[in-house]
Amino acid sequence: MSGVAVTTTINGDEVEFICQPDETLLDVLRDRLGLTGSKEGCGTGDCGACSVIIDDRLVCSCLVLGAEAAGRKIETIEGMANGDKLHVLQTKFIEHAALQCGVCTPGFLIAAKDLLAKNPNPTEEEIRFGLAGNLCRCTGYDKIVRAVQDAARVMKGA
Amino acid sequence: MGFDASYTGQKFKSVGTRPLRPDGVDKVTGRARYGADFNMPGQLVGRILRSPHAHAKIKKIDTSKAEKLKGVKAVITAADLPDLTDGDAGMYDVLDNCMARKKALYDGHAVAAVAAIDAPTARAALKLIKVDYEVLPHVTDVDEAVKPGGPLLHKTVFTGGVDPKPKKPSNVANRSQYGHGDVEAGFKAADVIIERTYRTEQTHQGYIEPHACVASVNSDGTGELWVCTQGHFVYRQHCAQLLGMDVSKLRVTSSEIGGGFGGKTHVWAEPVALALSRKAGRPVKLVMTRDEVFRASGPTSATSIDIRIGARKDGTITAAEATLRYSCGPYAGMWAELGAMTSFACYDLKNVKSVGYEVLVNRPKVAAYRAPSAPMAAFAVESAIDELAHKIGMDAVKFRIKNAAKEGTKSSYGPVYGPIGIGPTLEAAQKHPHMKAPLGKNQGRGMACGFWFNFGGQTCTDLNIGVDGTVNLAVGTVDVGGSRASLSLVAAEELGIAYEQVKAVVADTATLGYNDMTDGSRGTFSSSMATIFAARNAIKVMRERAAKMWDISVDDVVWEDGHAKAKGKKHGNLAPLSVKEIAAAAPNTGGPIAGHNEIVADGAGVSFATHICDVEVDPQTGSTRVVRYTVVQDAGKAVHPTYVEGQYQGGAAQGIGWALNEEYIYGKDGRLQNAGFLDYRIPVCSDLPMIDTQILEIPNPNHPYGVRGVGETSIVPPLAAIANAVSNAVAVRMTHIPMSPPRILAALEAEKA
Amino acid sequence: MHYARPSSMKEAAGLLAKAKGQAFVLAGGTDLLVRMKGGFIEPQLIVDIKSVKGAGDIKKTAKGFSIGAAVPCAALGENAALKKAWPGVVEAANLIGSKQVQSRCTIAGNLCNASPAADSVPALVAAGAKAVIAGPKKKRTVSIDKVTTGPGKTSLGKGEIIESILLDKPAARSGDAYLRFIPRSEMDIAVVSAGVNLTLDAKGVVKKARVALGAVAPTALLVSKAAKAIIGTKLDEKAMEKLAAACTAACRPIDDKRGTVEFRKKVAGVLATRAARIAYVRAGGK
Repeated sequence: MSGVAVTTTINGDEVEFICQPDETLLDVLRDRLGLTGSKEGCGTGDCGACSVIIDDRLVCSCLVLGAEAAGRKIETIEGMANGDKLHVLQTKFIEHAALQCGVCTPGFLIAAKDLLAKNPNPTEEEIRFGLAGNLCRCTGYDKIVRAVQDAARVMKGA
Repeated sequence: MGFDASYTGQKFKSVGTRPLRPDGVDKVTGRARYGADFNMPGQLVGRILRSPHAHAKIKKIDTSKAEKLKGVKAVITAADLPDLTDGDAGMYDVLDNCMARKKALYDGHAVAAVAAIDAPTARAALKLIKVDYEVLPHVTDVDEAVKPGGPLLHKTVFTGGVDPKPKKPSNVANRSQYGHGDVEAGFKAADVIIERTYRTEQTHQGYIEPHACVASVNSDGTGELWVCTQGHFVYRQHCAQLLGMDVSKLRVTSSEIGGGFGGKTHVWAEPVALALSRKAGRPVKLVMTRDEVFRASGPTSATSIDIRIGARKDGTITAAEATLRYSCGPYAGMWAELGAMTSFACYDLKNVKSVGYEVLVNRPKVAAYRAPSAPMAAFAVESAIDELAHKIGMDAVKFRIKNAAKEGTKSSYGPVYGPIGIGPTLEAAQKHPHMKAPLGKNQGRGMACGFWFNFGGQTCTDLNIGVDGTVNLAVGTVDVGGSRASLSLVAAEELGIAYEQVKAVVADTATLGYNDMTDGSRGTFSSSMATIFAARNAIKVMRERAAKMWDISVDDVVWEDGHAKAKGKKHGNLAPLSVKEIAAAAPNTGGPIAGHNEIVADGAGVSFATHICDVEVDPQTGSTRVVRYTVVQDAGKAVHPTYVEGQYQGGAAQGIGWALNEEYIYGKDGRLQNAGFLDYRIPVCSDLPMIDTQILEIPNPNHPYGVRGVGETSIVPPLAAIANAVSNAVAVRMTHIPMSPPRILAALEAEKA
Repeated sequence: MHYARPSSMKEAAGLLAKAKGQAFVLAGGTDLLVRMKGGFIEPQLIVDIKSVKGAGDIKKTAKGFSIGAAVPCAALGENAALKKAWPGVVEAANLIGSKQVQSRCTIAGNLCNASPAADSVPALVAAGAKAVIAGPKKKRTVSIDKVTTGPGKTSLGKGEIIESILLDKPAARSGDAYLRFIPRSEMDIAVVSAGVNLTLDAKGVVKKARVALGAVAPTALLVSKAAKAIIGTKLDEKAMEKLAAACTAACRPIDDKRGTVEFRKKVAGVLATRAARIAYVRAGGK
C-alpha cells in the first residue's frame, strides 16, 4: 500500500481519505471526494481556478499535495453558502452578471472572500491586484470588480 | 409553418430587461458541471502521446510494451481509426489532426493514445510507446513558409484559386480575391498614399477550461459522449463519421462550457476518446492539460499583411488594396479568405482589392477565434487609415465618417448593405465624453472600427407547456454567454408571460433536431428566431384549445397579454383564459401543448463597432497600460442588455491582450516555448481599467425583434485602437502585434537613431 | 514516491542525506510541484519542512532577523518590524506570483530553485543577507550570493538544507528597494530586476551602496562598479547616468521568450536608477 492516509477538515466536516504521495489536493478534492467545484485550468498555479483556503490562507490547490492537508482546515466553494443562503459575494456575482461561462467563478469567489476578510474596505486598485491571481477570459473583469465592490459595501453594513 | 421574420418594431415588455440568469446559482456554488466534472462507472483515464518534432515522418510505432503494462486497457494509433472519410478532404484533415497517420506535422501532434485504470499508469504507458521518427526540416513562420525552396509540408498541395494551376507544389494552399473597381486608376487619382506591411503573431482563444470529455462506446454500436463543446450536434456528426457509427446512435450531451470563443467548434481529442473506449470496452475520460491545449488545439493564424490606401486631399479614399498572408497550420482552411473579405468592410469604396493567401506551416491546426481573421486585417487597415488621416491633416474619426459604408453601399466583399451601424457608432464615439477627456503625460489616444458578419444556420427549438402553465424551452445552441436567459426573455415576450415562468435548457443530440454550433454570433440571433416561431406555434395550439373550451370558432380567438381572448360582442361574457388555465385543461382538450420550430435562420445582420482607447507608455521601458477603454457597438436589439455589455467587454479584453502581450513563441527547433498561462500572457485583473460600453440599436430588418449577433465584433477593433493609441503616445508607428515592451522600446530606440 | 514530514532540521537533513534517488525539500511547493508535474524531476522522496519546529518563525533579535525556511512570503509582508527594517527585501518577496502563490512560496525556496530571475535574490544580495545551512552533522553560515551557482544549481551538498535566512539590523540612515520589469502588471517572471541598498551619511551623501541585478546573468549579479558610481554622491544626474551605464555594461543577459538582450541591458540601468532613488528616500535622503 503506497498511499498516504490523511485526516483533515473540509468546509467544517472531518474528512478522511487515502491518496498517493504525489497527488495534489486538487486531484483529491475532485477525483476522490467528489468536490468538483474547484477547477483545473492550468495545473501550474497560473490561473487560480483551483483556489481554496487552507488555515485562513488563500492557495492554489493544484500546488498543494493531498498529503499536506493532514490536520488542516480547508474551505472550498462548496462550503461558501450557508445551507440555502448564498454568501453576499455569490449573490452579487449573479446580480452584476460577473460571470459568463462561470468556470473561473468558484476561484474568484474564494479569492474575493479571502480578500474582503483581510481588507474589508478595498480600493478598486486593491481589488484588482488582490484578484490578479485569478484569470477570467470572458468578462474583462469589469463586472467582477463591481460585484466585489458592492459585496464589500453590503458586508460593511453600509 | 412559415412565419414572417421581418422586424416588427413592437414595444417590448420582457426583451430589453435585465433579469438574473437561470444558471447563476449553480455556477456560483460550484454545482454546475463542466467537461471534466462528469464521471461514468468503470471509467478509464485516457492520455495522448504527442510528437516532440515540428515535422517528422512516422516510420514505426511500437506499442507492445505499453500494452503489456498492468492496468493498461487499450492502446491506439491511427491504425485504430480507419479512414472512413470517403473522399471528403476536410474530414480527412480532421481525422489526421486527431491522430497523425503518416507524418507528425507540428510539435504536439497526436501520434498514439492509451486508456488505463489511473493517471500514473496512463503516464507510464505513454513512456513505453516507441515511435520511430524521421525528422524533417520544418517551417513555422508565415513569411518563411511562402519563400520558394524552403521545407514543404505537403508535396501534393498546389495553390488553389490560381489560373493556370501552378506546376510546383508550395505551402500556399489557396489564393482568394475580393473587391471591385480599378485600384491602379484609384491610386493614380490619390494625393496621398500610405503603404506599409504589418505582422500579427499567433494567439489562442485562452479559454480557462481545457478540452475534456467522457466517451463510452458499446459493442452494439451505440455510444455516449459528455463533452464541453460549442456544437454538440456537429461533434456528433464528425465523431460518428470518423468512427463509422450511425449518427442517431451516438448521443452527445454538452456540459456547461468553460469558454470556447471558437476553439471548441472542432473535435480534437473526442474521436480519440471514443476510439479508446471502443477498444477497451469501457468509458474513457480524456482531459487535456493546459500544455496540450496550447500545443494541440486550434489557435489563430499568424499574419503578414501589406496595405496600400490612397486618398484625395479632401479625405475621400480613392483606392484600397490589401495582400494578406494568413498561416493555417498543416491543413488549409478559409482563414486568409475571411481576412480578405473583412479587410475593407467598414468603408464605401469605389476601387478596392484584397487578395488572401492561405499558408501552411508546422504549427497546430488553426481554428476560429471570435470573428476569425477579422482582427488582424482590421489592425492593418485601421492603422493605415489612421496614418492616412494624419497625413492629410484630418481628424481620425471625421475621416472614417466621410468614407464609412452605409445602407446601399456595395461592400468590399460583395453584398449590398441594408441599414447598418458603422456611421452611427462613429458618430456616437465622436460625441462620447471619452473623446474629450484630457490626456496625461506619456498618454495617447487611439480609435478604430470593426466589422463582423453574423451567421444564421440550422436551428431547432422545442417549447413545451407544463400542466401548471410554466414553460420548458429546449434549445440546441450551447449557452456560452447567457443565452438561456435571453431566450427565456424572448419566449416570455411572445407568450406574454413572466420571465420567471420559463426554464430554458440545452438539449442533447438525442432529444432535439440538428443545430449548428454556437459560433458566428448566431446563438441568440438564430435560437431567438426559432424560439419566437416555436412560441407562435404553441400560441396557435392554445388558441385552438381555448376555442374548444369555449366551444367557439378558433377564428374568434386572439392571443393578448398571455391570454386567449374571445373577440367580438357575441362572446363578451367569456373571461380570458391564461396559459395556466389552458394547460390545466389540456388532458381533456387534446393532450400536451407544445410548439416546435425547425428553420435555417436567414437574414443575419452584420455588426459594426467603434472603440476608443487611452494608453500610457513608459518611454524608458516600453511598458504599456490601458487607462481607459470604450466600446460602441450596434446590437440591433439588446435582448438582455447586461449580457450584451458582457460580450462587448470580454471581446475588448481579449483584443487588448492580443494587442499588447499574447503571442505563440516558437524556437528554432520548431517547438512551442510558451505553452502555459505563465508565459502566454492574457490580461489579468490589474492590467485593465473598467470597460465602458454603449449599446446602439439599429434594428436588423430580417429579425422580428431586430436582433443582430453581438458576440464577436468587439474583438475586431482593439488591436488597431491600441496600436493607434500607442503610436500616438510615442509618436512612432507600430506595425507588429503584440506590441510587447521589447518591441516598443526597440521602435523608440530605432526612431532616436 | 515517499512523503515525509520531520519535526526537526536535523531529522530533515538526515532523511535527505540517506535518500536513494532524487530527494527534494518541500516548503511552499510552488516551484517543486510545477517541476514534478512537468516531468522535469521524478522525486523518490519529498521532505516537507513545514512541521519543523521554528521553520515557520520570523525571529527578531538585537543582531537582526532570522527568517525560517518555511515562512511564506505573505507572512514577511505582515511583519511590521521586518517591513520597516528591510522594505526592499519584503517588497521583492511579495512580488513573487499571485496572492495564492504568496501564501505558500518562501524566500529559501526561491533561492534554492536558483532561477536567474528569482525575485527575492537580488534584494537579499543587496541587503547582504546570509543563509544558515543545516547538514546531518553540522551547520554553516554563508553569504547569500554563495548559495546559487547557476540556473537551477546550488552549492548545497547532499543532505544539506537551508534552515533560515539572516538579515542584519540595518545601519542608521539605510534604505533598500527592489524593482522588477514585467510585461503585465502581475504574475510574470521578472524580465530584469534591480535591488539597491544604500547607507547615507549625516549630510545625505551615499557612503555605502550595494547594487544587485536579476535575470541578466546565470545568477544574481552584484555590480560593484554600479555601487562605486553613486558612492560619495547625492544621486545627481551624472551619478545616475554612470550607475545606469555600469549596470548595462555588467549585464550578461540572453534572448528568450521573456525579453531580448538589448531590452534587458537598457532596462537594467533604468530600474537600478529608479530603485536607487526609492532606497535613497527610504534612507532619509531628499
